[in-house]
Amino acid sequence: MNGKKKKMSLSAKRSRTGFLFVLPWLVGFIWFYARSLFMSVQFSLSDLTVSPGGGYTLEFVGLDNFLYAFRAHATYKQVLTTSIGNMLIDVPLITFFSLFMAILLNRKFRGRTLVRAIFFLPVILNSEAIVDAMDLARNMMSGGLSNASAEMAQAASGGMGIAYYMQMFGALGIPESLIEYLMGAVLRVSDIINASGVQIIIFIAALQSVPGSMYEVAKIEGATTYETFWKVTFPMVMPHIITNIVYTVVDSFTQSDVVELAYKTAFTESNYGLSSVFSLCSTAITCLILVIVCGFIQKRTFYYN
Amino acid sequence: MATIKSIIQDAKNDRQFANDRMRWVSNFKGFILFLFRLVIIVGICYVILGPVIGIISSSFFSDADSYNPMVYMIPQDPTLYRYELASKYLDYAKSMVRSLIYAASLMAIQVFICSMVGYGFARYKFPGKNILFACVVIMIVIPTNTIMLPLYMTFAKFDVLGIIKLIKGSSVNLLSTPVPMYIMTLFGCGLRSGLYIYIFNQFFRGLPKEIEEAAFVDGAGTLYTYFRIMLVNALPSAVTVAIFSMVWQYNDTFYAKLFLISDSIVISKKISTITATISTLEKILDPAILQLFLDAGIVLVMIPIVIIYVLLQKQFIEGVERSGIVG
Repeated sequence: MNGKKKKMSLSAKRSRTGFLFVLPWLVGFIWFYARSLFMSVQFSLSDLTVSPGGGYTLEFVGLDNFLYAFRAHATYKQVLTTSIGNMLIDVPLITFFSLFMAILLNRKFRGRTLVRAIFFLPVILNSEAIVDAMDLARNMMSGGLSNASAEMAQAASGGMGIAYYMQMFGALGIPESLIEYLMGAVLRVSDIINASGVQIIIFIAALQSVPGSMYEVAKIEGATTYETFWKVTFPMVMPHIITNIVYTVVDSFTQSDVVELAYKTAFTESNYGLSSVFSLCSTAITCLILVIVCGFIQKRTFYYN
Repeated sequence: MATIKSIIQDAKNDRQFANDRMRWVSNFKGFILFLFRLVIIVGICYVILGPVIGIISSSFFSDADSYNPMVYMIPQDPTLYRYELASKYLDYAKSMVRSLIYAASLMAIQVFICSMVGYGFARYKFPGKNILFACVVIMIVIPTNTIMLPLYMTFAKFDVLGIIKLIKGSSVNLLSTPVPMYIMTLFGCGLRSGLYIYIFNQFFRGLPKEIEEAAFVDGAGTLYTYFRIMLVNALPSAVTVAIFSMVWQYNDTFYAKLFLISDSIVISKKISTITATISTLEKILDPAILQLFLDAGIVLVMIPIVIIYVLLQKQFIEGVERSGIVG
């Protein structure tokens, strides 16, 4: 044994040490993630009954759960499409909003630290109960606490206002879908602001890693601020757009209604097989979206190094 | 003669005028930009801070204030009654200490394990490294919700390769204790561990190799190098990960619900039931009044995180910027 150890080359030794460093995580990954994913697939293909002893028995039913989820279940398809629709609407908005804010915050001005601290606050206060209470408080801020309900009723009937503006812009010849999208963006502005804390910080970091000499060159060559943005800043932060999109998609997926539905199906209706189908399908779709979007952007990304 | 002089004078005046004008225009432009930035920043800060201010102010409202439509933001008759009841039913001091200990211990494990794994990935070559790192990325991308059922089952009948069954005769049920969370974190699979491993990996990759070579030449062993040299250098990202994991763990209700961890350990879980508790025990039925108690409770729960954040926010944000979350 000893002799064998001595014969080990330095690189082999180093690779063994490296492996030992990673080992605890690897055990955990296989134990909790790989095994769980396998079990999820297994559950989704079978009818699971919990036996009184705490264990469970699986009865293979093939694709029945999948067929039920997509053909017969009352709300799953609808919840899934709305969740994904919301995600697709939010991702570009959040990405561009956070890039814009990062550029704004990257300048030096008085009170910058304070402003950055405030922008990051939603990330810190992301507990479920706090978020719910904040939503309620946001509605109440527009009027006194006690006229909140009256205010809400008014807001609901105030949909007239939006219709009016839509008509107005429509008359100007702006396509209706674009107006709807922008109106939606305005309506969910507080959601977008609250969801973009981490993204803003990532973009700020990206902006600071752009070498200053590039801006000097651009300035000497006579580029305007607008040109500098599109020719220097944007290509340089492009790789981080992917990071941000991945973060945003995963974040919005974990908070979506699909997950809620899967949780409810498992723990209040005890329909474990169906719940696994819900989780697996929505995860698969999310991953598919990620792969498509990232592949699309990756092709157009410029890598400096 | 005179005409030439006057022409030159005119030209000078013109240039002077043009210069002045340009300076004025650029000053004005700067001012407009400044104003634009100010409006946007103040507006967005308000959107973020507004609800927080609303929660704080309404937690001081008395019953009369909340029924009075004239009262807005500033209570006429401020009361601490909301805080009294909220802290009583939250069992504030006790649960707060417990949840802080819970979150802090998990944070320590996270920083320790994730930095180790990140270091292993960043500095060593071993067969299958790329595939394994892809697994880390998978861990980040796949939401935990996908695997919640199997996790639940795993810990309901917990066993390590049949060893526990051999000793005790049956597998143990670890649910409704915090043990599952500790086990998962210990094996690098805790709350958002993938992200932390990624952060550490990026940071260690950015450190110069010469540091370790010097340590190696000076005769430092692997562990010594790692603990006394690399970890010290990784302080900015360690701070980032520490705050992230502390705060997120403290706020987490997903795992707490999944593993049925008692709400006297996880105060964020307890806060979600406080209105129901107060409503049944104090016979208060008006939801608007109950909301005031919830607001007070939320302020109480928020206090420690906000304190941590305010104390460390500079290191934190700088850490995020420098720690290579970006790569």
